[in-house]
Amino acid sequence: MTLTHFIFGRLGLHSLPFWAAVQHPTLENIINGVIATGAASLVVTGALATVGLITYFGKWRYLWTEWLTSVDHKRIGIMYIVIAFVMLARALIEAVLMRTQQAFGLGGGFLSSEHFGELFSTHGTIMIFFMAMPFLIGLINFVMPQQIGTRDVSFPVMNSVSLGLTMAGAMLVMISLVLGKFSTGGWSGYPPYTEITFSPGVGPDYWIWAVSLSGIGTMMTGINFAVTIYKRRAPGMTLMRMPLFTWTALCTSILMIFAMPPLTVATVLLALDRYLGFHFFTNGFGGNMMNYANLFWLFGHPEVYILILPAFGVYSEVIPAFSGKRIYGYTSLVLATMVIALLSFVVWLHHFFTMGQSAAVNETFGIATMMIGIPTGVKIYDWMMTMYRGRIRFAVPMVYSLGFMMLFVIGGLSGIILANPSIDYQVHNTLFLVAHFHNMLIPGLLFGMLAGYHFWFPKAFGFRLNERWGMASALCWIFGFMLAFFPLYVLGLLGFPRRTVAYYNPIYVPYMAVALFGALIILTALICLVIQLVVSVMQRDQNRVPAGDPWNASALEWSVAAPAPDYNFPVLPEVTARDAFMVAKEHGAAYRPPERFTDIEVPKNSPLGMILCVTGALATFGLVWHMWWLVALAMLATVAAVIWHGFVRDYERIIPADEVREDYMRWLKAVAAAEPVSRNEEFAHENAGLADLHETLEAAE
Amino acid sequence: MSGNTLDNPGFRLRASYHHVNREDEVNFGFWVFLMSDAIIFGLIFATYATMVGATAGGPGPKRLFDIGSVAIQTGALLLSSFAYGMASLALRYRSGRGKVIAWLLVTLLLGFVFLGFEVHDFLTMFAKGGSPDRSGFTSAFFGLVPLHGLHVTTGCIWMVVLIVQMLCYGIDDDVRLGIQRLALFWHFLDIVWIAIFSLVYLGGLA
Repeated sequence: MTLTHFIFGRLGLHSLPFWAAVQHPTLENIINGVIATGAASLVVTGALATVGLITYFGKWRYLWTEWLTSVDHKRIGIMYIVIAFVMLARALIEAVLMRTQQAFGLGGGFLSSEHFGELFSTHGTIMIFFMAMPFLIGLINFVMPQQIGTRDVSFPVMNSVSLGLTMAGAMLVMISLVLGKFSTGGWSGYPPYTEITFSPGVGPDYWIWAVSLSGIGTMMTGINFAVTIYKRRAPGMTLMRMPLFTWTALCTSILMIFAMPPLTVATVLLALDRYLGFHFFTNGFGGNMMNYANLFWLFGHPEVYILILPAFGVYSEVIPAFSGKRIYGYTSLVLATMVIALLSFVVWLHHFFTMGQSAAVNETFGIATMMIGIPTGVKIYDWMMTMYRGRIRFAVPMVYSLGFMMLFVIGGLSGIILANPSIDYQVHNTLFLVAHFHNMLIPGLLFGMLAGYHFWFPKAFGFRLNERWGMASALCWIFGFMLAFFPLYVLGLLGFPRRTVAYYNPIYVPYMAVALFGALIILTALICLVIQLVVSVMQRDQNRVPAGDPWNASALEWSVAAPAPDYNFPVLPEVTARDAFMVAKEHGAAYRPPERFTDIEVPKNSPLGMILCVTGALATFGLVWHMWWLVALAMLATVAAVIWHGFVRDYERIIPADEVREDYMRWLKAVAAAEPVSRNEEFAHENAGLADLHETLEAAE
Repeated sequence: MSGNTLDNPGFRLRASYHHVNREDEVNFGFWVFLMSDAIIFGLIFATYATMVGATAGGPGPKRLFDIGSVAIQTGALLLSSFAYGMASLALRYRSGRGKVIAWLLVTLLLGFVFLGFEVHDFLTMFAKGGSPDRSGFTSAFFGLVPLHGLHVTTGCIWMVVLIVQMLCYGIDDDVRLGIQRLALFWHFLDIVWIAIFSLVYLGGLA
């Protein structure tokens, strides 16, 4: 073994994205090389520009002390959502590239099949693990502790470690654009294709380690959230008084605790096969690839509900708020959430009906799958009943919710169709399936997350987002989605297989063209979101909501200033009913200073999360490229950091009662200065976050 | 305090009023983690069960296992759990730092005996042609049993760290919580080992 090989492992000049085009300048190599190099240089220039800007503005210290090492659940939540948006941008551009390829794919197109394989693999992996998961974890992190009336999660440093590991995984996926090639095995990474025999490159290794990092981080997040909800609720907040978003957060956390381990097991066993020659899933020597399918979907199906439940929670907050009513059927919504969580563990086999089980087994899982439609239907009706005779305002979150309700029902119906094994045999692995799960995940998950982003943004930053650009984005998402994915149902029924780079039957072309048009509208939606953020930041002084309750909402997070102080609540609230803040407003008990203030203990910053982010990224990078010295060093550093953390004793700081009182009195002054606004003026500059109580009382009657 | 609406309504090991009980919270969190870890072991057990016959012409359990050595490992691990129990009692009845450390050292020693015999067994299996790359069966074995061994190793490192912490800080709240959690972990590993002993070794040799 040479020294270079020892230091760089498998890494070499051939790992650069333009190397093939330079060595063998065929037309295909050049086109794919240019695209890959363009993407790689975007990553590199993006990273350099970020570093440069932070240095130029001298913000490194600020970034380190106020954000990266912060263990405040609100800041960690916001950082999660930043990751989600960055990764959304990348994966969405990849989606547009794939749609473009297929629109021109009659007889070939411009992408190589290898490149196309990488695109759908990274698109799926990123959208699930580095867009959807960080988004919902970020939202729960930000909202849930405030909703249950506590000051932080149970394990604030572990929260920061979870963020660090997710960040490391996201970094690894980004690095794979620059060095080497990502897996072509799809987001589910099925062996034996991803075994060393058929995929000897670094691709599956990138996939394995990125997903493992995120999986371990998510499992810790699940533990953290569940313990927080069980142990930290404000006095008087019984389970059946919890806001529905918190209920869905609880069910999602329970799913994370039980469903992330199968993913870790699947990826680690696959890694053992690839690195040490084990035979878990190989073709020969007694390997059994069906074990992988079972393990992966034991994770994969509950994962679907990990993704969807928090979005249901957002809708359950948004719809009553913008209908001016209490939620209809609280108990049935709680039960439906629990039933969905439970059923999610008994349907995993419907992901591989065609892999050789007996008809009886398929039938059992098919029926179990159809049953999930029942609690979901209950939810849809509850939301509709909440809107019934309500005073509905078409705010951006509400528009997303309405789009969701229409489209999700269509997606659900296609799911019931797919749950029938005999039909599934016909459309299995076609674009029909692709249309179905995008129909669940875009209106179901993403619309929910974006609605939540609009809804809670004023809580996080103290000013409202621009409505007009938000509306443009929401409409583009909704109509872009329809145009991009409804044709895929037809294409699937016409027999178009998923993950196919090119085709030779011209009948597909018109549908593909419409889908491309839809994808471009979705891209416009993303651009509108970016413009909205810029415009909103520029106009922030006109849209401030210092009093903290811009939507006349009902849960506890709206009962404090916007943005909330580090410690959330000057005095922990005492809860006597559901919709605690709304009840307080109705009884005139809101905005009353407590009898006395006490010193508050809050956790101090900790660098552990960021240390583990760096060592995690380095260790896995070393594993991908077989740089064993790097792996050893990074693992050692990881263990050392964790042990060092065990010796830290000084981890809390005290915020004196006087400071808390001053903050509180300043806020009360802002509340007193704010003009109460009626719901008609919700989007006007006058909305300083204080709701007109007359109206609230009227609605209560 | 039951019936008082102002009571903290969370799962409690002990009554608490208006204040999050840190001890309950941390230990409960660790229980939840163990639940998650139990799922990992359960899945690998299931994988083993499906692959136990997949020897692909290679050596099977009867060729590879040495029940004598495994019996010693079992004895060492069960005794170590007993020793840990004594350490927990010493902690509970405040018998002093010296006693806690002494019992933890006994536990640690027995842990090392377990690991030593286990590694020796693995090397013997390698020599008999039972390395993990031989067959589905050996893969499943080396996926399961060393995973337990890795947990025991982690437990040993944790124990050393706690002993050093005790020497630095005495028995403060953090050390106390650490010892309580490691106790859960250590006894959990005992239970997993009993499953391995019954399913893998006794089952394989039956």
